[in-house]
Amino acid sequence: MARYTLQRLIYMIITLFIIATATFFLMKLLPGSPLQNQEKLSPEQQKIILEKYGLNDPVPVQYVRYLGNLVKGDLGVSFQYDNRPVTQLIGDRIGPSAQLGFQALVFGTIVGILLGVIAAVRHNTAVDYGATVLAVLGISIPSFVFGGLLQYYIGVKLKLLPVAFWDGFEYTIMPTLALSVFVIASIARFMRTEMLEVLGSDYILTARAKGISGFGVIFKHGLRNAMIPIITILGPMAVNLMTGTLVIEQIFAVPGLGEQFVRSINLNDYPVIMGTTIFYSALFIFVIFIVDVLYGLIDPRIRLAGGKK
Amino acid sequence: MKKKLSIFFALLLVASMVLAACGGNNAEEPKPSDEGKQETPAKEQVLNLLESSEIPSLDTTLATDSVSFRVMNNVFEGLYRLDQNNEPTPGMAESYEVSEDGKVYTFKLRDAKWSNGEPVTANDFVFAWRKALDPNTGAEYAYIMYDIKNAEEVNTGKVPVDQLGVKAIDEKTLQVELKNPIPYFLSLLAFPTFYPQNEKYVKEQGDKYGLEANTTIYNGPFVLSEWKHEQSFQLKKNEQYWDAQTVKLETINFNIVKDVATGVNLYETNKADRVGLSAEFVDKYSSDKNFKTKTEPVLFYIRMNQKNEVLKNVNARKAIAMGFDKEAMVATILNNGSKAANYLVPEGFVKGPNGKDFREENGDLLTFNAEEAKKYWEQAKKELGKDKVTLELLNYDSESAKKIGEFLKEQLETNLPGLTINIKQQPFKQKLDLESKMQYELSFTGWGPDYKDAMTFIDLFVTNGAHNQTGWSNAEYDKLVKDAKTTLLSDLQARWDAMVKAEKILLDEAVIAPMYQRGSAYLEREYVKGIVDHPFGPDNSYKWAYIE
Repeated sequence: MARYTLQRLIYMIITLFIIATATFFLMKLLPGSPLQNQEKLSPEQQKIILEKYGLNDPVPVQYVRYLGNLVKGDLGVSFQYDNRPVTQLIGDRIGPSAQLGFQALVFGTIVGILLGVIAAVRHNTAVDYGATVLAVLGISIPSFVFGGLLQYYIGVKLKLLPVAFWDGFEYTIMPTLALSVFVIASIARFMRTEMLEVLGSDYILTARAKGISGFGVIFKHGLRNAMIPIITILGPMAVNLMTGTLVIEQIFAVPGLGEQFVRSINLNDYPVIMGTTIFYSALFIFVIFIVDVLYGLIDPRIRLAGGKK
Repeated sequence: MKKKLSIFFALLLVASMVLAACGGNNAEEPKPSDEGKQETPAKEQVLNLLESSEIPSLDTTLATDSVSFRVMNNVFEGLYRLDQNNEPTPGMAESYEVSEDGKVYTFKLRDAKWSNGEPVTANDFVFAWRKALDPNTGAEYAYIMYDIKNAEEVNTGKVPVDQLGVKAIDEKTLQVELKNPIPYFLSLLAFPTFYPQNEKYVKEQGDKYGLEANTTIYNGPFVLSEWKHEQSFQLKKNEQYWDAQTVKLETINFNIVKDVATGVNLYETNKADRVGLSAEFVDKYSSDKNFKTKTEPVLFYIRMNQKNEVLKNVNARKAIAMGFDKEAMVATILNNGSKAANYLVPEGFVKGPNGKDFREENGDLLTFNAEEAKKYWEQAKKELGKDKVTLELLNYDSESAKKIGEFLKEQLETNLPGLTINIKQQPFKQKLDLESKMQYELSFTGWGPDYKDAMTFIDLFVTNGAHNQTGWSNAEYDKLVKDAKTTLLSDLQARWDAMVKAEKILLDEAVIAPMYQRGSAYLEREYVKGIVDHPFGPDNSYKWAYIE
């Protein structure tokens, strides 16, 4: 197991290195300069400023310098937020994004699983159809529409919850709901399909024959096996949610990381593009690793390759 | 089975109602802001505003954006600041003397303090200005100081920073030497790049200066009392400010809200006292009593590349410039206080020594006229020996730019027979690149003023100027601009006349096709008074604002 983990770790670092390299060179193909006031500056003035940031050097030179700093843990400073270190920029914003993502994930998973299980158990009844319609709606209604509707009806019309801002738990309820709709829908759909399959398999029949209660069969025997595909989608979904979502964060004025990536690309803010990409990739790779480990825990049939040698 | 089906349809019905509600949003309720009436406005001197982004910078030498400039104008103060009439009024300066040739200004500083108790001294200005021009700083607005003696040389690394034409005679006396006796120097001093910085404090803070509320010191009407990144920031009245008795507001809360619809919802629930509107909200609110618009001196126009054979023809350019309905453009697409423009120098921006607005001098040039445009077009086609012409319009990916691009295409193709416009939409940065390399035919462009003088627009199109980007060259125009920048500085009326004439030449030759002067629409609660909107430099001053 230790050897396997070490091996995975090395692969993870290599993957990250490849991502960083590819991003760096692709990023340099972006047209325009990182100057914010570009349209007012003559080419000579632009050159003076770019010189300060070492951007007049050949790209390979910049690349080596960047990697050198990266190894030291230095992600550089932002162009758009003058002189602010990229690590601080990410650090300031990841908290709210992660909190919202986590809440949406937990809430969405629980509701999604319940919905899926109920739909599977009450297969081909009105309950099942209702759950299916909800799932389809949840996947097809864009979150900005749902977020906008929530904000308008619950925030403005009914005044039940604050319209926007970030000032305590009540401020997180609507964005969490808006974010979790997609989670609920995706998980409910998977859960229903898997559960149906599992409930039809022989060992469930055996369990029932042994006289275990319906409830016990479903939650102890059925659910555990139906969870495997859920875990697979849950990992990447968690990363997506917890690194911030542009639209929901904008609608509810959440001070998260969601906008930074898009914004930094539009503004050619090279250090922020690199920083957010590396951060996102590292998290992603790490989560995939965790998912692999989890597989083994949930289903003894799956054992990590190489572990037995 | 029947029962199941009917339940299924019932569910579908519910779902469609939910979906329909999205559409209903606009149609059903034209009842904005009635809630505001019932609630008695707080007499507390607290103003709640929204800001469209995190503050990018608090370092006056580095800032480039309107959010930073707006904050800076309210927490810092330069030698002068813009007053309610947008005229320069003494800030850190108490008085000034100017030499006879208009080149040497000597400022007497008032007794003012930084928020840490240190006095504001002449050296604070010397330090900040040298820092801004030092090539190692990489300041993107350094060029705005180029009127100071040796500024350009310092900025391009040709002479050391201590050669800059600014010195501290004593603690409270600052002497500035100019390259040319420009008449608008005082209003220039209200621009944030000219603000002071306390050398000792800045050096103490090092890399952290300007990054947090408590690693920055202030000398303006307010201090930044709290700064939660990406979320909110708060200004509090600066009790140390020299003119603190004028400042009535105790607190200004800014929350960062990037979505316009969210801003409107916050306004409706009384969480924001003033909120900007985009075009889709203007119809809904235009009859609201708190609906306001303002027109800014920012001009949008079509740039025409004269390396293109067709656009080299003056009649073709005139046809294009006169061939689209600008009034319809501002009324139907922008709908936010924007004004159709038939000029280069915006209306309500500068007045001459004779007291007249620039627009009263030249009036409207290149007004929309479909028939005239068609005549010019036929003439151009004859001269070019062409019957069909295809031009490419370089555009960028903002919401209004997209719509205007479509509008232009439709109008020009209708009014000018045989013309086909292809729209090439690019990211903004790429658009700028293509323009500066002159790889475009027609391009959607805007320009805002850097200082309060018509020259900030007039000198754009001098031969080979960095911002010309059309390939146009006219000796008479060049000479007028040059004279206005040098020999005519001693005769301001003659200088003014020269600029008026230069604009006329430019538009007679239809070098550009002016489209509109930018406006913006917003809602402001009736109890908010005295927020000053400035047409150039920082957008707002809250020094004179109060809650009634």
